[in-house]
Amino acid sequence: MPKPESQEHYLASLVPPSARAGVTRRGLLKGAAGTGAALSMSGLLSACGGGSSSGAGGSAGGKPTGTVTFGSNASDAPPKKAFAEVFAAFTAAKKVKTKVNTVDHNTFQEQINNYLQGNPDDVFTWFAGYRMRFFAAQGLVGDISDVWKTIGPDFSDSFKQASTGDDGKQYFVPIYNYPWVLMYRKSLWADRGYQPPKTMDELTTLATTMKKDGLSPIAFADKDGWPAMGTFDILNMRTNGYDFHVSLMAGKESWQDAKVKQVFDTWKGLLPYHQEGSLGRTWQEAAQGLVKKQSGMYLLGTFASQQFTGADLDDLDFVAFPEVASEHGQDSIDAPIDGLMMSKSPKNEAGAKALLTYVASAEAENIYLKTDHGDVGANKNVDTSKYNAVQKKSAEIIGSTKNIAQFLDRDTRPDFASTVIIPALQDFIKNPSDIDGLTSSIEKQKKSIFVA
Amino acid sequence: MSTAVATEATSAGSKRPVRAHKPMGRKFALHAFLIVISVAWLFPVLYAILSSVRTYAYTQKHGYLSFGGWTFDNYQKAWQQADFTQHFVNTAYITIPAVVLTLFLSSCMAFVLARYSFRLNLTLLGVFLAANLLPQQALLIPLFRMFRDIHVPFWISDSGTLLNSYWALILVNTAFQTGFCTFVLSNYMKALPRELYEAAQVDGASVVRQFFQLTLPLCRPPLAALATLEVAWIYNEFFWATVLLQSGDKFPITSSLNNLRGEFFTDNNLVAAGSVVVALPPLIIFFLLQKQFVAGLTLGATKG
Amino acid sequence: MTSLETPVITGTRSNAPVKKRKGGYGSLGRLSRGDRIAVSLMLGVPTLLVLWLVWVPAVLSVVLSFASWQGIGGIDTIRWIGFENYKNVFTNYPPFAPALEHNVIWLAMLFVLATPLGVFLAVLLDKEMKGGRFYQSALFLPVVLSLALVGFMWQLIYSQDQGLLNAVTGSKIDWYGDPKVNLWAVLVATCWRQTGYVMLLYLAGLKAVDPSLREAAKVDGASETQTFFRVVLPVMRPINIVVLVITFIEALRAFDIVWVVNKGRNGLELISTLVTSNIIGEASRIGFGSALATIMLAISSVFVALYLRIALREDKA
Repeated sequence: MPKPESQEHYLASLVPPSARAGVTRRGLLKGAAGTGAALSMSGLLSACGGGSSSGAGGSAGGKPTGTVTFGSNASDAPPKKAFAEVFAAFTAAKKVKTKVNTVDHNTFQEQINNYLQGNPDDVFTWFAGYRMRFFAAQGLVGDISDVWKTIGPDFSDSFKQASTGDDGKQYFVPIYNYPWVLMYRKSLWADRGYQPPKTMDELTTLATTMKKDGLSPIAFADKDGWPAMGTFDILNMRTNGYDFHVSLMAGKESWQDAKVKQVFDTWKGLLPYHQEGSLGRTWQEAAQGLVKKQSGMYLLGTFASQQFTGADLDDLDFVAFPEVASEHGQDSIDAPIDGLMMSKSPKNEAGAKALLTYVASAEAENIYLKTDHGDVGANKNVDTSKYNAVQKKSAEIIGSTKNIAQFLDRDTRPDFASTVIIPALQDFIKNPSDIDGLTSSIEKQKKSIFVA
Repeated sequence: MSTAVATEATSAGSKRPVRAHKPMGRKFALHAFLIVISVAWLFPVLYAILSSVRTYAYTQKHGYLSFGGWTFDNYQKAWQQADFTQHFVNTAYITIPAVVLTLFLSSCMAFVLARYSFRLNLTLLGVFLAANLLPQQALLIPLFRMFRDIHVPFWISDSGTLLNSYWALILVNTAFQTGFCTFVLSNYMKALPRELYEAAQVDGASVVRQFFQLTLPLCRPPLAALATLEVAWIYNEFFWATVLLQSGDKFPITSSLNNLRGEFFTDNNLVAAGSVVVALPPLIIFFLLQKQFVAGLTLGATKG
Repeated sequence: MTSLETPVITGTRSNAPVKKRKGGYGSLGRLSRGDRIAVSLMLGVPTLLVLWLVWVPAVLSVVLSFASWQGIGGIDTIRWIGFENYKNVFTNYPPFAPALEHNVIWLAMLFVLATPLGVFLAVLLDKEMKGGRFYQSALFLPVVLSLALVGFMWQLIYSQDQGLLNAVTGSKIDWYGDPKVNLWAVLVATCWRQTGYVMLLYLAGLKAVDPSLREAAKVDGASETQTFFRVVLPVMRPINIVVLVITFIEALRAFDIVWVVNKGRNGLELISTLVTSNIIGEASRIGFGSALATIMLAISSVFVALYLRIALREDKA
């Protein structure tokens, strides 16, 4: 049981960092003895060390011990299993145990704010983008720049950039990313003679044919509120380009701009080809429609392949979303990066950093990707020979696309994304005709939120 | 009507003459109606039980209107996947102390309110009662922050603060339930014959002794009824556990339902087995202690 | 389980034969020192607990409703913005109007469906009859289940692909998902539970009605229906009011079942879920969420006051 150790760390953490430098270890020990608490000396000493930058426990090179707690949003079976296998390997290699606390994916996300301010685990799953930088700027997560000194060479600059906060320090360890693309089943398309669409017109024609053939052309689910954001993202980037998209997400453009209305208008044209009743469906259920060949294609992250197994998985293929405006071609894509962060004051900092270092290694990513076969490893040295077709193609498409966006709810303020955009997009799906009303309402709410 | 309804109900029933001269047709229609509606009311639960003992493969192939494909595997699968053992233990950690604490504190409060007259007597009762009715959501943020900022030693909570600890839930449930229990108990205590206390006072018994040796034993009926009721209520509490706990493995059974959807989403028979498991404890309490349960609710209803 | 937390205190005191003497038995002044300490503790501990965990947070919620705060950092990071949050709730928050509407529909359904059915069943079951206990148990059974579980359980009936309702009717409606029907679907499940609750309250009330009143009405030649509406129901006025208050508060506090179904989005918005998702969500618009919470508090305080008047009336007399 790690409890006594946590308590020592806890007591030590009560001393503000500024004060720690001035407090001699003897003084602190005396104080602790005075309270009569049953502390072990070595524990307290290491706790002191953990607080200072030069201490043995604080650096990734120190000898980590004990147990690292891990807060996981990986509530679906495949990633849950993948993490379990990585941690088993970690424990075998470093003799540090992990204690995993899994919370439902959406719940974890929604409670992140309270979670980080409450009692976060030492290490937890999170996302790159504004969503990462926001919590870093609020001082709610731990600086892991020293971990990056070790793992840095294994990652490309863009991944390092995506892991860096506004203050230039690193806060995030990327594990994998995945592109948002149009997925389909090769066998179904071959049987029916469907061709991958290159333009909007071709997409519409294809969808019309599929509808005639009794399929629901585009699988769609938005019960949880976020999947529709992917559709908005890609349409906006295709229509108005990456720069406009980024600037819109940053709150710098008006949602009442004709450009945004154009996006909704295009989407409105496509909605009749989307699977009906999307607001009551989860993405897992929509993906099942693709598995069962009831839907023709599905615009989602390739993590949807988690729902495919065996021969079905080999039958899964995808293309980038077709071109809408020729000046932007297919030059942008959503390819969100998932990874791990360390909490602000982990109870076992040395262990946490050892875990982060290990998870960033190619070895760990190989283990992870073996089980979670929808994602592409972030580490440069990941063994791509083991990739399945989807992973290979994902890596290719991410590598060859000029602009990578993270995803709407990772690229903008969380309060805006969750309290304004989710209901707004759900409203749009219910009633696509009132685009003017919709955009003006979004803009008004945006103004009330972005002032803060 | 100064005694508990449980007794009152029977006596009132016997007082009323049975109207035997009613036409048979009407009586038949009445029973037919009541049988139909009772079955309709039981149906969702019965259907859940039925679905829970069928294999997914069979119901997928033949639909839910078919007959066959019996199995008990769903229970085992649901139990394991949802980690019910852990969640039931968590529920016990929260429910038992909360009920004990609620009953003890409200007995204390009720005793003073019933026994002594002072200026704020009624106001206090109002403050307690109203607390029970406020929308919980409205109190969330300040409570959340308070719990987060209260640091406690690790032997109390492994999170180091009251947040994400069973104590937070025990305290909140107690605070919310004390109002109702105090009200019921104080009314009951007010109806106790005051001569008892006069005798005790003559004997020189202290307040504490009067409370423990005189009042509490006499209050056994309402305490039993309230205990039954409170166990069911706190077992069923959803909101506070959902928002005050952060570790998935600390959730009590009712709040863990929300986590189950992801695990069970494509298999309704698993959902059914999970529902039946979660429904079982309150249903058992209900069937074993129905009298207490009903008495608990109606104790308040008639200001026993 | 929101609804069961509502205490069922119905003042059928008009029938109480024992008239209690005003106040308690003793006065505090005559107590010994030790007894005084004991009494202060017995009174003080529960009072502090309730003040601390219920009333102080309630006041703080009202205070925070005038703030703009992301909930991160100390109190010094709060910006005070006056009534801006309230202005935004009413003029600039699309989910608010539907949420209010849904709360009103919720209330209406409880009144139109659950309450009359509960009263009707109570009247039927008030008579001595064979199987009366079975009927009562069957109708009351859902009341012991949490609304969260009720929502979960009814999924077996409502699910689009695997639900019983669609299997029987052949429809393809997504009962929990389609925003046109999901509120009604949830309300049917809620009424399933609420009916037994109302029934039980009225059963208790009916048993307390003086039988001689009915006899007198019968002698006067009144029909059973007339007797019920003209004699019994008016006598049960306190119960009627309490059921009314409880129904209002239940309708306002409704939360668990929609949260389990879809976190109160897309057709199931309720004020309670808006408060929760603004406050505990990733968003943390604390001032804004507190303004919504304060609106809830304000509405409920009317009914709480009404309720207290009934519950405490006898004690005041």
